[in-house]
Amino acid sequence: MLIPVLKSIRNIGHQVIDAIWRIGYATHFLALVLLNSGSSFRRFRMTVKELYFTGVMSLIIILVAGLFVGVVLGLQGYEILKRYGSESALGTLVALSLLRELGPVLAALLFAGRAGSAMTAEIGLMKASEQLAAMDMMAVSPIARVVAPRFWAGVISMPILATIFSVMGVFGGYLVGVVYIGVDEGSFWSQMQGSVEFQHDVLNGVLKSFVFGVAVTVISVFEGFDAPPTAEGVSRATTRTVVQSSLVILLLDVVLTAFMFRGN
Amino acid sequence: MRPQPKEQETLFVSPQPLVEIRDVNFAYGSRAILKGINMTFHKGKVIAIMGGSGCGKTTLFRLIAGALKPTKGEIKIDGQVMHKLNQRELYAMRRKMGVLFQFGALFTDMTVFDNVAFQMREHTDLPEEMIHDLVMMKLQTVGLRGTHALMPSELSGGMARRVALARTIALDPMLILYDEPFTGLDPISLTVVGDSIRRLNSALGATSVVVTHDVQESMKLVDYIYFIADGVIAAEGTPEQMQASDMPFVHQFVHGERDGPVPFHYPSGSYMQDLGVSV
Repeated sequence: MLIPVLKSIRNIGHQVIDAIWRIGYATHFLALVLLNSGSSFRRFRMTVKELYFTGVMSLIIILVAGLFVGVVLGLQGYEILKRYGSESALGTLVALSLLRELGPVLAALLFAGRAGSAMTAEIGLMKASEQLAAMDMMAVSPIARVVAPRFWAGVISMPILATIFSVMGVFGGYLVGVVYIGVDEGSFWSQMQGSVEFQHDVLNGVLKSFVFGVAVTVISVFEGFDAPPTAEGVSRATTRTVVQSSLVILLLDVVLTAFMFRGN
Repeated sequence: MRPQPKEQETLFVSPQPLVEIRDVNFAYGSRAILKGINMTFHKGKVIAIMGGSGCGKTTLFRLIAGALKPTKGEIKIDGQVMHKLNQRELYAMRRKMGVLFQFGALFTDMTVFDNVAFQMREHTDLPEEMIHDLVMMKLQTVGLRGTHALMPSELSGGMARRVALARTIALDPMLILYDEPFTGLDPISLTVVGDSIRRLNSALGATSVVVTHDVQESMKLVDYIYFIADGVIAAEGTPEQMQASDMPFVHQFVHGERDGPVPFHYPSGSYMQDLGVSV
């Protein structure tokens, strides 16, 4: 009876130690990426190329998802506000929900699923096919040449994508609220303008998406770089990227929201 | 017609060794992989390191390339001890080396041209027109100038290996390391790659180290062979000496015999017992 319990405790201990070691390793990796980031800016074309793959190629999913979320927010928000006779506040509800929460969080979750998993798979496959080793043997640092441009592309594109997501969401809310249901257009926009503060709502939302961008991109490039060089290893790393990124985004959102919007 | 090694030796062999491997030991944890390896590679020579799968030859390859550090002993290349170099010095040394990986390891997001130009663009300030001419010359050397606009996915295995060879020699290295260059090639590609290794070594005045288990192809092109078994040098000599050797291990390896010092069966218990037959 005692032995299985001891084994379980030992397993838990091993897993905790492994997790802590892995966090330390990932932090060390991030430090190396930052130290090797010089060429990503000196030869900005490399970063621009990655910006295209991570940012521009994610645009369709961000535009469509943003529009749909805005439409749903408009429909649901109208139903609730109508109960209190406040239909004219629909613009405020849609804008604040998107700028503060839904825009940064949903855009980051979509980014993790689309661009993050692609980054992990690409770097993992480069490792499995010895391309990273070949680069290292040619005296070119794979961290500087492969990882750093992808990292900065992710960090730069995430706030832009989140902003586009929010704008599309507001547009979706407008289509449903004003065009479809018939809420007064003047009050829709004027109430939104009156209640949304640039620093408190817009900038905090952008800051959130920047933090999510750093977190998702670090996880994505680290998992790819650390993936066992086999088909199964790359597959597991890609899954880990999506799962860990999603959890980290939600955890960070709790922390950031608590600091940014406490009591306001 | 393949160039004759003996003729080339006279041109490029130098008494000064380029690579010196002294009493090198390596272990993964408590599992010893290499035990007391001593080798000397002279300039202008093509050397083969042979042995069965898992004998430690790839580990030795990685040690020479500076990707691993020996647990004991040292590897000197061009007078510098590899495991004592810091990252910057190691990269400076690697610029003078070329490494051909088993399956080429071409960058799949770049064209053939960009693959060959990669090191020139990374390590030199040459104008693009000059890089263009140099890349075309390198591709011409391996007979694939016509593929410069293709992506690696459009090449056959043998062509990919030759493009990788052109990339390996992009900066005219003094030492070229080949990891299993003949694996998976058809007979024509095999001959072309083997011929290119010998020819390029002569043209560049380089030293080539071929890690392989392809006995017949290697015998045709190398000057000296080291056989590794169980982490030690089991035999060494010229191809002629190895062909004539009566050492059981060398004889089994060179003639591809099914059983011998390297047993056909992996160590196991009683066959009858595993089949559930009582005797």
